[in-house]
Amino acid sequence: MSARDSDWDGVRLHVVTGKGGTGKTTLAASLALALAGGGRTVLLVEVEGRQGIAQLFDCPPLPYEERRVAGAPDGGDVYALAVDAEAALMDYLELFYGMRRAGQALTRFGVVDFATTIAPGARDVLLTGKATEAVRRRVGRERRRGAPRDPAESAPHVYDAVVLDAPPTGRIAQFLNVNAEVAGLARVGPIRNHADRVMEVIRSPETAVHFATVLEEMPVQETLDGVAEIGSVGLGVGAVLVNMVRPPVLYAEALSAAAEGDVDLAAIAGGLKAAGFEDAEAAAADLRGEVVDHARRVRVEAGMSERLAAADRPTYLLPFIGEGIDLAALHTLAAALREQGGA
Amino acid sequence: MSTAPGTARPGAPRLRVDALLDDRGTRIIVCCGSGGVGKTTTAAALGLRAAERGRDAVVITVDPARRLAQSMGLTELDNTPRPVPVADNGSGGSLHAMMLDMKRTFDEIVEAHADPERARQILANPFYQTLSSSFSGTQEYMAMEKLGQLRRSGEWDLIIVDTPPSRSALDFLDAPKRLGRFLDGRLIKILSAPAKTGAFRLLGAGFGMVTGVIAKVVGAQLLTDVQTFVTAFDAVFGGFQERAEQTYRLLQAPGTAFLVIAAPESDALREASYFVERLDADRMPVAGLVLNRTHRSEVPHLSAARSTAAAESLDASGDHPLAAAVLRLHAERVHLQERELRLRAHFCSAHPAIALAEVPAQPEDVHDLDGLRRIGRALADPERSER
Repeated sequence: MSARDSDWDGVRLHVVTGKGGTGKTTLAASLALALAGGGRTVLLVEVEGRQGIAQLFDCPPLPYEERRVAGAPDGGDVYALAVDAEAALMDYLELFYGMRRAGQALTRFGVVDFATTIAPGARDVLLTGKATEAVRRRVGRERRRGAPRDPAESAPHVYDAVVLDAPPTGRIAQFLNVNAEVAGLARVGPIRNHADRVMEVIRSPETAVHFATVLEEMPVQETLDGVAEIGSVGLGVGAVLVNMVRPPVLYAEALSAAAEGDVDLAAIAGGLKAAGFEDAEAAAADLRGEVVDHARRVRVEAGMSERLAAADRPTYLLPFIGEGIDLAALHTLAAALREQGGA
Repeated sequence: MSTAPGTARPGAPRLRVDALLDDRGTRIIVCCGSGGVGKTTTAAALGLRAAERGRDAVVITVDPARRLAQSMGLTELDNTPRPVPVADNGSGGSLHAMMLDMKRTFDEIVEAHADPERARQILANPFYQTLSSSFSGTQEYMAMEKLGQLRRSGEWDLIIVDTPPSRSALDFLDAPKRLGRFLDGRLIKILSAPAKTGAFRLLGAGFGMVTGVIAKVVGAQLLTDVQTFVTAFDAVFGGFQERAEQTYRLLQAPGTAFLVIAAPESDALREASYFVERLDADRMPVAGLVLNRTHRSEVPHLSAARSTAAAESLDASGDHPLAAAVLRLHAERVHLQERELRLRAHFCSAHPAIALAEVPAQPEDVHDLDGLRRIGRALADPERSER
């Protein structure tokens, strides 16, 4: 494995959040691919039951099982897992109490419904619990009855990194701060102990929370709020991932004039005429609206970049991919992340 | 209307927004869709347009990011509809807006149905406190509860609801039922039943095992909190399920219209598709799809290929950098438009009966009532909307 020039050496749990529509799942998948470069093994985890990962990698819906979904160009594997709270509960019962068979009875009495959807916080502990278990897991560990025992500290980790496609920004602090969530509920007892173990990983320097955004006002505001909130509950804020970045097509002076509605129609018409357009004046006038739109959007984006800079976090720019997101696009985004030190 | 290549909408009927808003029979409009597609803005724009066309409208938003506030000048999350200062245009309509405080809504139901002593007991119970503020379905449930309250109050003749940014679209329909089922369910009956009653005999050995497992998993202290809560709560409500079902029926009733909101992106449209099917299956009346943030070229007859070729020939001469850039810009826009039209066609072929309205992407965010008014105009009358 080659030494890497990454901003996140030592981080093994990458949590990716973001406002809806910012491409959070796409960026989580790209980050997983980027981290897998150089022969590493990375697990990509989704928790919202949307099967977004299967869609992205164009594979059948993921079961509750770690499956290889892609390879990195220079060796390395990305595995994926869709965590389902109900299955995680059964897993947890078996792991800690050897009680898998009790599951059916529990379902019949509505206990599973209760634990996975009603009991506040319990669902989140189950979901984050599965991700943190993967972070801690070492080669050679057996699952046995009773409390899991860690194998020798020297055994290598099964996964070099785990990427969690987490809930949106508005819910992320609550989702990760499971300790606080269950504190009011379970002051002692197994759920509390489980929450403590989860929190140990999430609070450690091995965990970073990255924010996906686009250069629009509301996603940027939510990112800044989220960065502050995650910081205030004592969790590690990672990078800001700016998605769908489009380089400006016009040069700066033309842009600032056009943003004010001032477009040099004569110059455009002259060019169109030179390019062989018949009714160049009319065509230039028709295109004016598109130029003004573009210039205004670029102006908004510049303002948003400035606001994001105030968060003072490593910021990576990910290009807009007009053809839609497929595996090739994920590799493009992964390469962009690696070039900028994101992995 | 003209059928320029970029605007032809083969098969998809146009969503008649003004007809929907003007119909006095329309009493509730529910805006739903995945996160980040502009649900809140659409709800606010519809409310404003309805008010300016003479309706007494109220917009309920459920969004902790307080987005509605940004465009409507609201500053507080206070669970009460507040008047939005809309200039009187002689239509006689009015607009109110509120932001849902789910905990307060829950508290209010408890206070309205319990004697003061019991209400105090419930409100102080640790399990109730977490349930009412952080159960993932409470927000959805309370949004529907509030909708029901406002509808029954009769003060508004049109209620527009912006649904919560659920982790999945389903939560919005399922949460009330699920919470109702839980609060009225078998587990609760078991937990609240004193030992050795009929319920206990009936369930036999299963009972001890179930409580044993719960105690093991969540801890005995939580179990006690839940039991105390349930005992107090059950006596007060005697049929949470019934309440949830009432709300559900309200959504199916004539006078309710669902608008599915999406953006022209594959994820958002996939969610929209799923939502349309789910609403259909539940016999909820879908009025149509609102496609936000579309990009349409104003010069659709100039193809991307011709535009790019012209830009390249200008680049070669080096004489007309501005025109070359404008041509490239246009080519990009046409590509984007083509992609969006493909996605839209895909949706429409799967749901040919769903009416459609489109709102072009705004270069800048909506900040004020004028911005909302422009969105409303675009929704209702795409041909005459100005940029």
